[in-house]
Amino acid sequence: MPTFVYMTRCDGCGHCVDICPSDIMHIDKEYRRAYNIEPNMCWECYSCVKACPHHAIDVRGYADFAPLGHSVRVVRDEEKGIISWRIKSRNEEMDLSLVAPITTKPWGENIPQLSDAPAPADDMRNSQLLYNEPKYIRLDDGGLHTLESNGLKLKEGVYY
Amino acid sequence: MAYKTIIEDNIDVLVAGAGLGGSGAAWEARYWGKDKNIVIAEKANINRSGAVAQGLYAINCYMGTRFGENNPEDHVRYARMDLMGMVREDLLFDMARHVDSAVHQFEEWGMPIMKNPETGTYLREGRWQIMIHGESYKPMVAEAATKSADKTFNRICVTHLLMDDAKENRVAGAVGFNVRTGNYHVFKSKTVIVGAGGASNIFKPRSVGEGAGRVWYAPWSSGSAYGLMIEAGAKMTQMENRIVLARFKDGYGPVGAYFLHLKTYTQNCDGEEYESKWFPELSKMVGKEYLDTEGQHLSHKPIPTCLRNHAFINEVAAGKGPIQMVTMEAFQDPHLEEIGWHNFLGMTVGQAVLWASTDVNPKYENPELTTSEPYVMGSHATGCGAWCSGPEDISPDEYFWGYNRMTTVEGLFGAGDAVGGTPHAFSSGSFTEGRLAAKAACQYIDDGKADGINVSQEQIERRKVDIYRPMEHYKVNRNEIVAGDVNPNYINPRQGLDRLQKMMDEYAGGVTVNYMTNETLLNIGLKKMKLLEEDLEKVAAKDIHELLRAWELKHRQLASESVMHHTLFRKETRWPGYYYRGDALKLDDENWHVLTVSRRDPKTGEYTMEKAPCYHLVGEDEE
Repeated sequence: MPTFVYMTRCDGCGHCVDICPSDIMHIDKEYRRAYNIEPNMCWECYSCVKACPHHAIDVRGYADFAPLGHSVRVVRDEEKGIISWRIKSRNEEMDLSLVAPITTKPWGENIPQLSDAPAPADDMRNSQLLYNEPKYIRLDDGGLHTLESNGLKLKEGVYY
Repeated sequence: MAYKTIIEDNIDVLVAGAGLGGSGAAWEARYWGKDKNIVIAEKANINRSGAVAQGLYAINCYMGTRFGENNPEDHVRYARMDLMGMVREDLLFDMARHVDSAVHQFEEWGMPIMKNPETGTYLREGRWQIMIHGESYKPMVAEAATKSADKTFNRICVTHLLMDDAKENRVAGAVGFNVRTGNYHVFKSKTVIVGAGGASNIFKPRSVGEGAGRVWYAPWSSGSAYGLMIEAGAKMTQMENRIVLARFKDGYGPVGAYFLHLKTYTQNCDGEEYESKWFPELSKMVGKEYLDTEGQHLSHKPIPTCLRNHAFINEVAAGKGPIQMVTMEAFQDPHLEEIGWHNFLGMTVGQAVLWASTDVNPKYENPELTTSEPYVMGSHATGCGAWCSGPEDISPDEYFWGYNRMTTVEGLFGAGDAVGGTPHAFSSGSFTEGRLAAKAACQYIDDGKADGINVSQEQIERRKVDIYRPMEHYKVNRNEIVAGDVNPNYINPRQGLDRLQKMMDEYAGGVTVNYMTNETLLNIGLKKMKLLEEDLEKVAAKDIHELLRAWELKHRQLASESVMHHTLFRKETRWPGYYYRGDALKLDDENWHVLTVSRRDPKTGEYTMEKAPCYHLVGEDEE
């Protein structure tokens, strides 16, 4: 089900080519517009559909099991932080609109630059801790879980 | 050919493949290696690459230790039970004790995690799963990784690891080509963290034609984690442990939220519960310790995934299919109905497309399920991957050689699908494994272990010739025929993939043989596999895109050969419902309560197999 591209909407900008995880959205040499060169390697992941600024890409279900006449469309908006879907069934009895958040914060502003974080001290290096730990990994104020702290040992043999 | 050679020198940490595991590695490496040169080489675009490219609707590995929900050892015991005992409990405990810190950081970055309105804790789907709106999971994690890296190279298909010419069995970087420009890329690096993916598309899929793209695991998961490491001579473990998924038919939409959150259940064609009738016989096959038909509900041990598959497969073989998911009750609740659809839109849009196209409204119709073709990977309910060292404070001697998540090749680390024996890591656990590997890799460099690495010009030139051989082969032989793809001197990547899939299906226990194999079949399979390997020296690529497919195929072939050797070695049926050894149809704890470890000699291609002891977490006072 692969994706396909509407001739009149595509301007050949190449956003889909840039994002496709499967490397199957290519620009047709004659028409200078995008198309799916290998439908049986398409996961219907919608990465290209979401990336297309002209809504020129759509999906027609895999021919070996999906009948014609359906529609699953999407608009992804980073500024508003939401994604909106519309599903229409072949018999037109089902028409669903669904909206979900894609982030809780302004897009792209809250991921820390770890080169700015203070360098780990030697005792941190020599411990089993990772960046920012032991925050979030304990109920109490203790450190990292170990075999000793949890009263455990590793034993060879058959245990269930 | 006129492709340029682009050399990136003096790298400290090279991340080969940046899905969740590789992204975690690149991100964390910056903290431990402030002064280090960190480089990412990614086959696609890091913003939408790997298994999480289209998003996730749940994080399946979260302990909730800060809320007093679970301790790491609880998760280890769960994974042990689900995998019929065959796990690396040191690695699992280590992953589980760190995983929560990754999840909470995702939330700080803006990941919408659903909350339980009564308790304020994350909304649980099941004991280990929490529910998220994770459409942008990958772009978010990718941004973190890219920020930490000095350079991110998108669209580089890494084909081989570079080996140190000064010291035996030490990694020295990687090589590959740019799938857009065709240029040859050389990454000279002190350490490599393989974050590449497991393998879809190595067993013949149930779908025919276009639908072959709607595999359960992403079609771009080309087994490169295994192909790269096997080729370099790293030891692998549990490669026989392929996974079969019970999923919505054709679309392979996920069932986790349906079972756990929507409380839907399955039934056969007569509307009957069918699992329990297969369990008494199955209990005799695997032993009461793994499936106690009377005591299971008392012990609170979940029934292993493979054993539930077994009941499904047998019920269908007995003529009682289709197995259907009873959604008609849950979907009457509009809130649950919405969740049911969001679940697909968040991670498997194709299933929504399929239901829309076939007029399946789960409110009025119970959708069909199926069991998938097998997949080889190491982060879902299975643990294929490299034999890696565990952490110093946990691992017994047999599991420890200095650096956490380092393979048996020095300086070569793994994360996610690349690490063997760590099932149930999923997205958050893979990211965590990447972080652990990154810290260890920085330590390895600081300890001077990477000093004196030398990569000869000969090696760089030899790999260049290797990489472009399929294009050269095409050019030389193409004009012998008029047109078309039938040529006596070569096969193209698609033809090679078809042959591999048919072979794996028929000899290594795919769907058309109801997941059955035996020693004779595997020996024939291995003979044919060798011939395929020879023919892949003659695979032809007419352009750079086909060259990408050619190398993906070679990685899949290396992974597949390993699967066959491991399956042949383990002479028992450890995971009924994943596959069956027809000549040894019982679980055999006396001889096979061990992990299988293999090594392919990079020079000769010969395999050696060994058993490694299986250690389990027990109470301090337990005997």
